[in-house]
Amino acid sequence: MLRPRRTSRRQVLLGGAALACVSAAVLRGRAAGTLTAEVAPGIHFRRGLDEDVNARNGDAIANIGFIVGRDAVAVIDPGGSLADGERLRARIREVTSLPIRHVVMTHVHPDHVFGAGAFTQDRPQFIGHARLPNAMTQRGEYYRANLERVLGRGSAGPLIMPTRVVADRERIDLGGRVLLLRAHDVAHSDCDLSVFDPSSGTLLPADLLFVERIPSLDGRLKGWQRELAALRAVPAKRAVPGHGPVSVNWPQGAADLERYLDVLLREARAAFKRGVDIGEAVSTVGQSERGKWKLFDDYQGHNVTQAFKEVEWE
Amino acid sequence: MGIGRPLPVAIAIAWVVGGAAASGAWSAAAAVGDAAAQAAPASAAAPAPDAEETERAARWKELQHAIFGERIVQDGSGWIAIEAPARALDAALVPVDLALTGDKAVKSIYLVIDNNPGPLAGHFIFGPQGDPHSLKLRVRINAYTYIHAVAETRDGQLYSAARFVKAAGGCSAPAGGDERQALQDIGHIKLRLTEPFVPGKPMQAQLMVRHPNFNGMQMDQLTRMYTPAMFIRTIDISYDGAQVMHMDSDISLSSDPVIGFGFIPQQKGQLKVLVRDTKDATFGQSFDVPAPAG
Repeated sequence: MLRPRRTSRRQVLLGGAALACVSAAVLRGRAAGTLTAEVAPGIHFRRGLDEDVNARNGDAIANIGFIVGRDAVAVIDPGGSLADGERLRARIREVTSLPIRHVVMTHVHPDHVFGAGAFTQDRPQFIGHARLPNAMTQRGEYYRANLERVLGRGSAGPLIMPTRVVADRERIDLGGRVLLLRAHDVAHSDCDLSVFDPSSGTLLPADLLFVERIPSLDGRLKGWQRELAALRAVPAKRAVPGHGPVSVNWPQGAADLERYLDVLLREARAAFKRGVDIGEAVSTVGQSERGKWKLFDDYQGHNVTQAFKEVEWE
Repeated sequence: MGIGRPLPVAIAIAWVVGGAAASGAWSAAAAVGDAAAQAAPASAAAPAPDAEETERAARWKELQHAIFGERIVQDGSGWIAIEAPARALDAALVPVDLALTGDKAVKSIYLVIDNNPGPLAGHFIFGPQGDPHSLKLRVRINAYTYIHAVAETRDGQLYSAARFVKAAGGCSAPAGGDERQALQDIGHIKLRLTEPFVPGKPMQAQLMVRHPNFNGMQMDQLTRMYTPAMFIRTIDISYDGAQVMHMDSDISLSSDPVIGFGFIPQQKGQLKVLVRDTKDATFGQSFDVPAPAG
């Protein structure tokens, strides 16, 4: 196996600067690979920026990467736009010439899946949760239109539907390295798929794990808590969050998220019991978490709305 | 599609177009998903440049004519207050609170969401036991829009107030986990009395109804068809047999509607709720006032 160049943390942090150089590189006629860190032997991840999508960041805001086995490569989230996917693919080709046989799309959100078009040339299996096709049908075109509006026409990339879906648990074999896929109940979204690599003890929960950047709740709060509790039992040393640093200790790295979700549930319940309206709750619930998360004000109100809706029918 | 008067063809067509354009729209939840989300500027207060504002005024004029005919709609902004977030956090669930002050005898309130596919979101008619001073709703909002509240007095005068809300995509928000749950528990009704019981004094209550309120704009992946519309058409609330409020609604109420309203209990009694949807399914429930202890 080809050993990748080691990438320093500083290089990873300079990812934003690297992106700025991409257009120049493209003009010179070669694709520049995105910078990745090797979080465990053969597992390479690019840290997403802690920002919302904008024209400058090209939707390179999620942690995306790939796992190299003896015979093949699996991509774990192809990226937030076609260009983001192309840079990831270029990076893979800097690291290894093994075929890219699997592209796992961990859930429906655009920052994770719109890079898939960069990999159609490899004819991989595009793998997603059994509910992913439905979610993509429901939201895909609108996500795409919205992304085009932000990034420019033709920049989003095509909507690639999964060619293989996971209803419960399945495995993919990269040769000497078996990845365990697990379809989750409604949690962060309604179609979260996690990956576990037992050979390195690395869990890849994607957006079931947010670190430093405020979680976004687009599924079910109590479901997320349950799925996190279940993931705690996975014998992993480390985890690769969907947002935040590309590697944290497991399960300690989930502590902030667990606290956040607990506070949200507890305070939403208390507000509801006191007769507080949802409109007022959005500005009061969970305010102790302010300052502990990036992008807090962009997502907190929405998260509270979701939580409140859930607790008022308990 | 609308409530009451049939709407002119020109407007009806505009709705169809709007509906089709919105049919691929994301869910509002997705709107704050992880990307593509915050395209709208965070500062939401200023409604729009002049051209758009002119267009919006024309739209409201058209709607006024469609809903109220030749009747004159006067300015009621001095005593009708609409509270709603300037920029909605979740377009499928935008809280809208109406507060009426002063002593005008109000018979009914119309809630109009100008740019929604079914602009007339609801018509609320108050009976002798009703109290029109406070009405709280949760609505879907499909595009940046004005919300108009129009109060009709007992002597037939119309007064309106407006509020601009930035939200998009709420009408075609797909059925998520909650809607699936709502379908299982459809027709479950809860009532919360949010103020203490004092005989003869207005009292606030919150009515909650489990209902997916499918508006016909969500797509079912298996059939590739839009989930047929099935939404709450009317809610009747009475107190010991006397009317509190009658609501006619359309496709703009959020799923699992929650409605805050006022009523005037003269003595201990029973508040009765009857919900009817477009499939003519009815759901009813009675509640003791004050709520039994424990």
